[in-house]
Amino acid sequence: MDINFAFLVVSILKIVGIIAWIYGVVRALGHPSRWVKLAGIVLGFGIVQIALSVPIGGSPALSDFDSGLLFQGCAIAMVVMGLNLIYGFNGQFSLGQWAFYGIGAYTAADITYRWTNGDAKGLVVVGLGVTLEALMIFGIQRFLRRYQGVPVLSAFTLYIVGSIAVGAFATVVGRWISPLLSPLLGTDTAPGVLAHGFPLQVVYMLAVLLAGALAAEVSFLFGLPVLTLGSDYFGIATLGFTIVVNTLMINSDTILPFPEMKGGRGMIGIPKLTTWFWAFSFLIAIVVVMRNIIHSSTGRAIMSVREDETASKVMGIEVANYKLLSFVIGSFFAGIGGGVYAHFIGFLSPGTFDFLVSFNPLIIVVFGGLGSMTGSLAASFGWIFFLEGLLRVLLGQLGTEAPTWRFVLYPIALLLLMLLRPKGLLGTVEWGFLKTPQVLLRKREPVPVKTDSRSAKSEEKIGADQPG
Amino acid sequence: MEVSPSARQGAPRARRSGKRLAWIGQGLLLLIAVAAVVLLAHDFMQNPSLFVQIIISGLQLGFVYALIALGYTMVYGIVKLINFAHGDVFMVGSFVSFYAVTRFQLHVWPAAVFPGLPQMWVVVVGSASVVLLSMVVCAIMAVVIERAAYKPLRDAPRIAALITAIGVSFFLEFFGALSFVFSPRFIPYQRPFDVVTWYFNRGFHLVRPGQTVPDNSVTFSNIFLLIIGASILVQILLQFLVRHTRMGKAMRAASFDKPTARLMGINVDQVISFTFAVGAAFAGLGGVLYAIAYSSIWTQLGILPGLKAFVAAVLGGIGSIPGAFVGALIMGQAEALTMGYISTPMRDAVAFAILILVLLVRPTGIFGEPEKEKA
Repeated sequence: MDINFAFLVVSILKIVGIIAWIYGVVRALGHPSRWVKLAGIVLGFGIVQIALSVPIGGSPALSDFDSGLLFQGCAIAMVVMGLNLIYGFNGQFSLGQWAFYGIGAYTAADITYRWTNGDAKGLVVVGLGVTLEALMIFGIQRFLRRYQGVPVLSAFTLYIVGSIAVGAFATVVGRWISPLLSPLLGTDTAPGVLAHGFPLQVVYMLAVLLAGALAAEVSFLFGLPVLTLGSDYFGIATLGFTIVVNTLMINSDTILPFPEMKGGRGMIGIPKLTTWFWAFSFLIAIVVVMRNIIHSSTGRAIMSVREDETASKVMGIEVANYKLLSFVIGSFFAGIGGGVYAHFIGFLSPGTFDFLVSFNPLIIVVFGGLGSMTGSLAASFGWIFFLEGLLRVLLGQLGTEAPTWRFVLYPIALLLLMLLRPKGLLGTVEWGFLKTPQVLLRKREPVPVKTDSRSAKSEEKIGADQPG
Repeated sequence: MEVSPSARQGAPRARRSGKRLAWIGQGLLLLIAVAAVVLLAHDFMQNPSLFVQIIISGLQLGFVYALIALGYTMVYGIVKLINFAHGDVFMVGSFVSFYAVTRFQLHVWPAAVFPGLPQMWVVVVGSASVVLLSMVVCAIMAVVIERAAYKPLRDAPRIAALITAIGVSFFLEFFGALSFVFSPRFIPYQRPFDVVTWYFNRGFHLVRPGQTVPDNSVTFSNIFLLIIGASILVQILLQFLVRHTRMGKAMRAASFDKPTARLMGINVDQVISFTFAVGAAFAGLGGVLYAIAYSSIWTQLGILPGLKAFVAAVLGGIGSIPGAFVGALIMGQAEALTMGYISTPMRDAVAFAILILVLLVRPTGIFGEPEKEKA
């Protein structure tokens, strides 16, 4: 029973390093100068890229195992950011984030898998379907705006009927269009011009974005009726959704018509297209989008829904719409995370998206601090590096029961954290770029009220008395 | 419960009432109901005895779920906590009975102590003592969990308690999976009594060993009768406990308003511990019955039955004891019918689809009282 202490120290240094890296990137992004921002992003990307690819003394600084953890951390961070928007900022207790992660992973994997095997149908059908679905949703929204107080179930029925029509149409048209692309794609053994290199990268990007969009649209259809439930009921319904989606994944080759997903045996042969460039770009894009949403008027409306629904309604905030908006955006992030994950790991198994694992994003969000974007980022990477990296290897040296011991120690850590710091490690602390911008914190000049001159004068007097 | 129009709309336009569109949603519900009835009727006409057989297996499952659901609904009613560890208490109950039977031969102690006792009494008293042991162990464990993990968090945000519950659940599952505890394997369960099966085909008949059951007959075993009897007995006991005893009155008071109950001299902490203990005891009973019925146990046995029992409690209206009972029966039937007529892996999906559907129509469950508007 000898523990490798060098490994322990190196692992802890890696965790500290990755947190410092996040801090650096976020601080650089928060700098007012555009050039510093750019330099920060390039430097943040470059350091890791060098550590991943340039061999120092025989092997790169980050081994395959470490890079695996890094990519997994990126994917989890996207999922967790989405959940933080839904639960941390909007207060909707969702256990369904993992299902949208799975939907994204399987969708993106299916598109590129088919593409590299000389079949454009995945891309065409999903692309057409997602676009038409979005148009359909906006169209029905426009239509429903003519009525006041439409029952949720009726709206839901309209959307569902529309979705079925769109899905059928996209499938039929896809079957008709996709053979036209087949000659350019070639076959598995003799790939055509579109099947590798730059076009493949474009298809990968489209696949990930479409996966996110599909997850967002599914979350719209699911969230529309279910978000009207109370918080605990919503949680149980989303947990049920995770189980339903997982069951469908297990039966994807028997109940659903996707033989290439191979049901419970797991989908193999997904092209490993996720490079550090893509993982980093998607992560930074999500961080920027999330930060800009949170610090806009939309974000303030989302947070007001968390604080008090009735008061928000009184202030003229459309509670149902903002709940749905944050749920859809959060699921979009989860779908993108899934796409990134699928193309990094190259193998998808329904066991990865089991509902037992679906508690993980929730636990990470609470670890990092509800309503703290920095906390979500740091906690995702820290959690992956600690639990999957350090504990797994360290316990692996102790005996064959390591995976079990890992899950014996981890709940104990969870209990201690909940007892000692129930608000998470970072609470609501934000770093650099993610802080509330100074513009929003500046004290506003009081808006002049049109009154007769005498009372205006007295108001000025009162204002002048106040310090600052 | 309305889809509100966008606020960004410009000039105010006369908008028609959305009530005119209500028929669309009602039409969807009607369509689903008609489809379900038609499908069930079709299945029944095809093979009535198979249909009844499936209903019986659904009843068996549903009554076990009812035992677990009671604990969920009682605990949620008082502390508003989804006690995810409850399913694992259920698992521990089945393991306790397994060790009592296999290793310590507890089920034959009456024969060892009173050698002249008739066989039937030995089986009844022995099995009852196994069940009682499981119930007591589960109750003690639940009280320990409550005191150690949940009580310090009673004033913390609700998510903290919920995550603690998830943590306790993981801990029990994976601690149990260690080789020196329960081991991670599936373990064949040795029943404390023999299975006796009857079949119904123009009258009840006993199935003798080696005898084939004639076609178009419905079989059921003494396990089925035992589960139904125990479950109904527990329901009656619990109704009596809640309605007619001082403790029951205290429980109702604590679930209604804890600070006021405390002012009235009720020891709320004690009441909460008692609630956990009672719920866990029934879960332990359910665990023993589940293990007897399905005769294979492992450490993650409790997850899905626990979750479905919770869903049953939500379906029936959480906090309501008859609601938990009715919800559990619905869940059992849904699962058995799906297994019989659609496909086995889809049973979880259909069970949760029914939950979502019921919550859409009645957001607080079948027997639930409408929630008070938050002031």
